Parts: sequence; C-alpha cells; structure tokens
Amino acid sequence: MGSNMAENHPVGFRWPMKAKERGATLIHVDPRFSRTSASADLYVPIRSGSDIAFLGGLINYVLSNDKFFREYVIAYTNASTILREDYVDAEDNGGIFSGFDPKSGTYDNSTWAYAGPEQEAKEDAAAHTGHAMEGTSPAKHEPDRDETLEHSRCVFQVLKRHYARYTPEMVEQTCGTPKDLFLQVAEVLTKNSGRERTSAICYAVGWTQQSYGAQIIRAAGILQLLLGNMGRPGGGILALRGHASIQGSTDVPTLFDLLPGYLPHPSAVKGDETLEQYMEETAVRGGYWSNFPKFMISLLKAWYGDAASQENEFGYQWIPKLTGDHSHLSTTAAMADGHVKGFIVFGQNPANGSPHAGLQRKALRQLDWLVAIDLYETETAAFWYGGPEGWNPADIKTEVFILPTAGPPEKDGTFTNTQRLLQYHDKAVDPPGDSRSDLWIVYHLGRRLKNLYRQSANARDEGLKSLTWDYLPEQVDPRWRITDEPSAEKVLMEINGYRSSDGTQLPDFEQLKADGSTACGVWIYSGVFPDKNMARRRGRTPDNYVDPEWGFAWPGNRRILYNRASADPAGKPWSERKKYVYWDATARKWTGPDVPDFPLKKAPNTQPKPDGTGVELHSGSDPFTLKADGRGWLFAPSGLKDGPLPTHYEPLESPIKNPLYARQDSPAVKRFPRPDNPISPTGDPNYPYVATTYRVTEQYTSGAMSRWSGWLSELMPEMFAEISPELALARGIKNLDWIVVSSPRARIECRALVTRRMRPLRVAGKLVHIVGLPYHWGYKGLVKGAMANDLVQLSEEPNVYIQEDKAFSCNVHRGRLK
Amino acid sequence: MIDAYKRVMNLEEPPAPRATKGFFTDASLCIGCKACEVACKQWNQLPADGFALTGTSYDNTGALGATTWRHVQFIEQAKANGARQEQRWLFLSDVCKHCANAACLEACPTGALIRTEFDTVYVQQDICNGCGFCVPACPFGVIDRAPKHGQFEPGTAHKCTLCYDRLKDDMTPACAKSCPTASIQFGDLGELQQRARRRLGELHARGESEARLYGMPDSAEAQDVGPLHAFFLLLDEPKAYNLPDLPRLPRKTMLERYAWSGVVALGAALVSALVFGRRG
Repeated sequence: MGSNMAENHPVGFRWPMKAKERGATLIHVDPRFSRTSASADLYVPIRSGSDIAFLGGLINYVLSNDKFFREYVIAYTNASTILREDYVDAEDNGGIFSGFDPKSGTYDNSTWAYAGPEQEAKEDAAAHTGHAMEGTSPAKHEPDRDETLEHSRCVFQVLKRHYARYTPEMVEQTCGTPKDLFLQVAEVLTKNSGRERTSAICYAVGWTQQSYGAQIIRAAGILQLLLGNMGRPGGGILALRGHASIQGSTDVPTLFDLLPGYLPHPSAVKGDETLEQYMEETAVRGGYWSNFPKFMISLLKAWYGDAASQENEFGYQWIPKLTGDHSHLSTTAAMADGHVKGFIVFGQNPANGSPHAGLQRKALRQLDWLVAIDLYETETAAFWYGGPEGWNPADIKTEVFILPTAGPPEKDGTFTNTQRLLQYHDKAVDPPGDSRSDLWIVYHLGRRLKNLYRQSANARDEGLKSLTWDYLPEQVDPRWRITDEPSAEKVLMEINGYRSSDGTQLPDFEQLKADGSTACGVWIYSGVFPDKNMARRRGRTPDNYVDPEWGFAWPGNRRILYNRASADPAGKPWSERKKYVYWDATARKWTGPDVPDFPLKKAPNTQPKPDGTGVELHSGSDPFTLKADGRGWLFAPSGLKDGPLPTHYEPLESPIKNPLYARQDSPAVKRFPRPDNPISPTGDPNYPYVATTYRVTEQYTSGAMSRWSGWLSELMPEMFAEISPELALARGIKNLDWIVVSSPRARIECRALVTRRMRPLRVAGKLVHIVGLPYHWGYKGLVKGAMANDLVQLSEEPNVYIQEDKAFSCNVHRGRLK
Repeated sequence: MIDAYKRVMNLEEPPAPRATKGFFTDASLCIGCKACEVACKQWNQLPADGFALTGTSYDNTGALGATTWRHVQFIEQAKANGARQEQRWLFLSDVCKHCANAACLEACPTGALIRTEFDTVYVQQDICNGCGFCVPACPFGVIDRAPKHGQFEPGTAHKCTLCYDRLKDDMTPACAKSCPTASIQFGDLGELQQRARRRLGELHARGESEARLYGMPDSAEAQDVGPLHAFFLLLDEPKAYNLPDLPRLPRKTMLERYAWSGVVALGAALVSALVFGRRG
C-alpha cells in the first residue's frame, strides 16, 4: 500500500516477484492500477487519502474476529497496559483526543500516558516527537497491566473501541473499496500470519506524503503487532525509500530538527540553553535510549576534537539552537516573504520537485543569492529565465551560482539503502571539467571558511575554528586528475567513531562513553569501520540466507530489528518454519543467522531491575529495546503530535465529508493560510476530482537527472494526466487530447492518457474520479512539460513536516491554457 | 589452391561453431520497466528515436526498428465482470527472434546477413549495401533500414545482434544482464527450452491456463522459420502480442505467389484485350 514498487523500485521488486514464485500472495492496494498491480495476485482499489480507514478496517477485522496472535500480543506489546482515567478517545469526542488546544492547533499529550504514579508525568511531558529518539517516553517501566486484556482502560480494549466502527461497510463507504475485496485482503493477511507464517507490508511516499502520513504508518504498525509480524523473518513494515541513500540522509541527517543518529537538535524554544539543560530535557531512564548522553558527547567530540572538553560543555554552545520550524516548506514560506537571503541546494530541485512549485519559484526570486549544485542546470538554477511565469531576467535580483557536481561513478562513498544496508562504491572515473563531488564542495567550502575566520576573535566563530576538518587522504591517488579530493573513507571512519586519546577505531557503539574519551559521528553507524571498511564487504555466507557478510546494516549489522520477537517469551522459535533468533540454553546466549538485537546473554526469564537503568528495566522477554517499556506500542503514549491512535481524517482537500467523525481533517496539521496558498473547501464543485502525484519508472523524481538522457526521455517524453474513460466521457476528452488541470493554486496543461487502469470509485454515495499526475517534467532538459507540483498546496504533517500531494482537489477541462 | 587463394585474399578461417545461444523471454515475469531497452541502446550506442507521446498505454517506443532492438509492449485488457472489473496489463519485451531458418538471411543478396558461430543472425555492416530485401522478408517485422539522417549509413539494415561483441567475451547480452526480474533469460538454447517447458508446467499448475510458449521446436510457428532462438512465454494468444500465428518464409510461399501473379497477369491481359480489343 502507498507504494508502486514495480515502477519505482524495479530492482528491489525482483524479491516480491521471487516470493510470488515461491507461493507468496502479492496484494496491491492503490488508487491506480499500476505496473505493481499488474504483477500482483490481487489488486484492490482505494480512494487516495483513505488509507487509515482501510487499515483501521483491517485492525477491526483482526480484533473482532479474534484473529490476533494472542501470545505475542500479550508478551510483546503494550496491549495489557492500563491508561489514565482522564484519557478521552477520539471516538468519544468527535474525532479529537483529549489534550487538544484549538487555539494553537496542538495537543498536550499528558493524558495519553500510562496509568501510574504522578511523579513520572514530568518525563511524559518531555516526550520526544517527530523523527527523534522514537519511543523514549513515558518512563513508566512497570506500568499497571492486565494480562487478561479485560480491563476497560487497557490498551487492547481502548483499541477495540477506537476501531469498532471501522467495519467492512464503512471501509467501502470511505475508501470506495468493494466490501468483498476488502474482506479478501483481511482473510489472506490473517491466514498468512501467526506462528507458522508472516506477512510484510511495503509502503513508500504514497503513505508519507499525506497530512497524516506518520499515522498511516502507525496504523500498519498496530496491525503488524497484532498479527505478530514484527521482528520476525518475512514480516515487518518496509519503507521503500525514494532515492538512492535517502535512508542515509535521514540517518546522518539532512533534517533540520535532528542531529546525526536521530538525536534531537537543541532548541531554544525548549530551553536547551546549556548542555546540562539539554541533557536533562532529553534524558530518558528506560530502554536503550538511556545511553543518549554517550552518543551526544561522542558526537561533540567527533565534531570539535580536542577543543571539546568538560569545561566548555564539549562545545555544545557552538551548535546553533532551533528557534522554531525550519523545515523545507516553512523555509519556503519565509523565503517568499523575503526573510531568507541565501540558499544552497544540493541535488534538490524545488522549482518543480517541491509542493506548490509556483510559490517555490516566487520564493527563489526573493533571494540575494542561490547556489545550485547538481549534475545539470536544473529548473531551480534556471528559475530566473526559464519558468512558466515568463519573468524578465532584468527584474530578478537573485545572483545564481551553478556548481556542477559528480555522478555516483565519479566519486567514492556509501549508499544506505532501504533496509539500512551500507554499501561502499568506488570511483571509476574523474568527473568531467570543473565538476566536483558533493564531498569536495562541502570540504573545500569548509576549509576556505575556516581559513577566512582563522584570525577572528569573535566568540561565535570559535565553533567554526574548532571544527575537526581533516579529510584529505595521506596519499594522493595517482590515478585521478583531481588531486585535492577528500577521502570518503576518512569521513566514514569518523562516523564510526574512535578513541579520543589515540585515535583507534571503535568496534561498535557499546564502547561509547559520556566522558569525552570517545568520538563518534553517527552512533547508529558505529561498527561500520572497526578496523576495516565493513561497507565494502561483498561476502556470501553459505547456508545463511541473511548474508551477514555483505555490506553493513546499522545498528551493529542487524538485518532485522527487534529480532528477539522471532522467538517466544521462553526464547524458543515460534515455529521451526520461522526460526530466526533464539536462546541457546547450553551456551546461554542468543543465537541465529542474524546478529541478535538484544543483550546477548540476557536470559529469557530475566526479571526487570526496578532500580536499574536502560534495558535493565526490561525483562528477558521485552524485545523492543529502544522503547522505555520494551514493548511494541499499539497505543503511542508519546512521540506523536497528532494523536495516540491513527484516526481517519479526510485530506485537507476532499470531495466528501468525513464519514467517521465530526472532525473533517487532522486537527494538528500545520497550514499556511496565505493568499498565495488557497485551499479548496470540502465538496467544492469547482474542484470535484481527487488528484494524486507519482513517478513512473522511465523518469526520476523532478527529472533533473533523467530528462537529460535521450534514452530515458524517449520512453516517457511528455507530461500527461491519467484519467478513466468515464471521466473522459463526462468532460468530452479523448485520448491524447490537450487538457488543462487546475487546482486553487495553479492551472497546467498536459495530454490526457485515457485508460481503464483509472477507475472512478463510489464513496459516501458519490462517484469520485481520480486524476493521476506524474511530476517529472519542467522547463529544462531534452523533454519539457508542465509541473504537477504547481498544483499542490503548502501544508505540513505535524510530526515530520511533509506536504500532502497524494490527495488534493482538482478539475480537468479539454483544451489548452492560451 | 584454395589455401593459396585464402592467403592471397587475406581470408581468415571462420570461427568454429559454439553452442547455440538464445533468449527465453518470459512475459509472466516482466514488470514493464524497460531496463532492457535502455541497456540495449546504451551498450550498442543506439540513438533515441525522438520524443513523442503515443497515447498507447506506456509504450512510447512503438515498434522494433533500425535503432530500437528491444521493445517492451504494453497491452491493457479490461472486461466487466458484474460490478467488478477484471483487468490485466500484459508486458512483453520483444526482440529479433534469431530464427533457425531466417528469412532475412535467405533474402540477403550480398551475404551481409550471416549466421554466427553462436547460431545467431547478424548483419555485417561493412557488407550491407542497403538493398532492403531483408525488410519485407522478415515475417515479424524486426529488421529495418537506417533512416536518412542518423548515425548509421542511410539505408543499411540493422537489428539485434544478440550482443555478438559481448558473446565473444563470454558476457551476457546487455538486456538480459539488466533485467531485474529474470524475465529475459540468456543461455544455451536447449537448456532454455527445457527451462521454458518447466516454467509452463508451473504456470499451468497454478491455473494460468492461457500461458503458452511461442517459437519452440515442433510448434506451429516453427513450421517455416524453424525454432526461434529468441522465444517467448506468452500469457495470451500470439496476436494479442502482435505476433503472427504462422510466420511464413517468403521462399515457402513463392510458388503460390507466382501462381497468383500469373492469374492476375492473365486477368489483366484479358481485361485489356476486352477493353482495347474492341477499338482495334
């Protein structure tokens, strides 16, 4: 669901195809019949934006038909945990949970906590949200539980009540999915889960790019926990990342609110004035995240080296503090209002690749300077003369610099792919002309800046001056023309971590210390370069299908996270067929084909130490070691800004009223109510159709790389919109006709591709048409075309700040713009 | 005497025959990614053929040609079944069949078209004079002449070489190498045929009753052109994939066609005698 794997991950799709050959059932739930649907055993249509209703329907089916994996659920999830008395579910409050402040549009999550002593409420309030340190709060390690699952306030009963109305009929009403097809999915999934079998769910941006994307993934998490599909071979929820190494870019990261390894970025708003305050605000007692101080101090040591000491808070003050939301979309809005002077874009093309691309271009012209770093002159680099606005270059004040960069074969480095696997690749050839690798550009920019500021006595420049910046190789590789290329392996060695005293590489993150004796750039990657580059490994292990000697998977080369759950509470495999990691009673340790994701010698019958810290607070049968309580969370007492349980809301723009709740859309979404970002009201007759954007195999993202290749461009040469024959008939459109697609933000023209693969769905008694819009085209490259992202509105999902381009309102007309 | 002639003419011995190589293209595994098309063009340095949306599903390639040696077909099938819509989207990567009895090779008057040591059919570009006889001879419409403006000598014939240059170095052809789902399989023909029979059995056992092989020995389609060295597993009738039920060799239909020409000539003579004879 929410993924078109065959088209967007064709190389990875060989594995589902292989699984199908071995008897697996492939199900594709999607608004469009795509190349993935063509290869699936079962195609199930769904209205864009109604995924939570569908998944909630499955959860309800599992619960009301008693199809959940009881032993797994009781032992490994928080199903038995009892919630506070003052918690109010959305079901009893018109679609809004307790703690909502309508003025600010935010939740106070204190009532979502587990029942228990009051003194822990403070820690709950400090719960981390968004990307950082998931599952760290609440700090209740021994909450009240009822293992019979009968207590009316236990998570299991709350869950049951929350999803009771998500019936197959309601799914049909809300999603447009025929009831019998929905039931077929429910039956296949439940039959294929349990001791003997497991099912996996794959998703991609079809889920994330919605105003409640994180909640959709949570819904899948609940379903998979109920079915016992987490931490077991063949199970899981697999995020298919949309670009090479986009996983790496969240790990390391490129996100504004994170430090490397999912540590929260210090924030002035939260009062992280000193390292002590930050540590106190961030610290947690239960679970593996209790080691957070070790990761943080080691990170500061990696950045500032000898300059970081106990006396100067390890250089903590040199890190800029957040003052609010500085995500891509908020920055765009600020830029459009003239609050941003300069902008450096690395391999990114917001002028046609980001939502509300017209606003993106408008924002670019407010800049003093723009540096566009890419393989080609992108739409972003050419916004000042090439855009559809027809601006006169003389009117644009922005000075644009283009730095040509190197493609993957022209540089060394790692890719971190979808399953957290790091693979190293070697440079094969020098990049042409003045092109340089991204690493070269960053390194030499830093080197020159450091040089400029070396005499500065200004206190705020100390950080830049102290930054460790020693990445040139000891020896220049005589094969290459470019002789001042930094060593990617040296960067990876710093990421891995080393002893501060003598620089010896660390074997893994278990060795990290909070006293400044260790340095580590990204704690989760530690172990990738102990004495050699593990990401370079290409070993095949006979008789071990996990192939642990191929590359390096973080953390600690574990291929399946939380794999303790692949054995029963006593440490025995759930079944011979699904044997994976289990307790070897003779050797008294966990063993199996994978690295156990659990303290290696902690016996299954270990009792929790109530006065201990970290994973000591967990028993020998609490597999989810990062969570404070060691359990998988059916109910999320913290971590999310928009509710503890996934709830069906309509997209910000929808043709129908929310069939389930009085509340129409997600209450905690960040909106940008500005004149240049109009939103269409519910059921707007001017924009009656549902638009969804996507990619096709032949082009790549905004086309910045692929539209310069004739071989790719000839395969998908023009912008088109996919519509059903029914919609075409209603609007008098024939195949290949020019059409105008409009939203409240913009109008674009493209060709119509009329196909039976698109079909209208009957939703809430109304026939809803879906318009499919690939977003690959722009105004540069060999093939050009209109930009689907011009139509998308600016909005932010509250946890991860992503836009909603998988479901918004549009209209179509036959004809052209002029 | 012959040896002396060869020495004087600087003629080399032809390479010794090797095992027959071929493709088994399995439509039931194809996901329509077109990696084969791109890999083929990249390895063989074939140009893009222009940028036009055809409106025919996701197929913007259209047909095999002088500069397109792999072509992925996209066949959309939908029929109503009560309220439900039954739908299939079939994909197939089409290619030169490298027929055992190749019509193009028979039609070639210059000897430019040859059978290689791998039992594949190959156009020698330095010999082809662009007469074009091979083009109408091919019952599959594969081989094509280079356009006036392009990187090839205008008019010369081109088609898939089964990556002859790669085979010489024991490498897998570019398309098969790039195929992510093993829909295109390359290997020794006999082994591929065995694999195909096994695969068909599996699909039939699974209930894919319409699955069939195309181009196997003893099949209807092999009657004239012989077994296809690039053969297929299809999920529908050949005509759904634009493949002829009975590919004919021009040689086999020659008598018939001469006879018809005679009949037409006689008829024409008769008509003109009737029309013009009266005036005389």
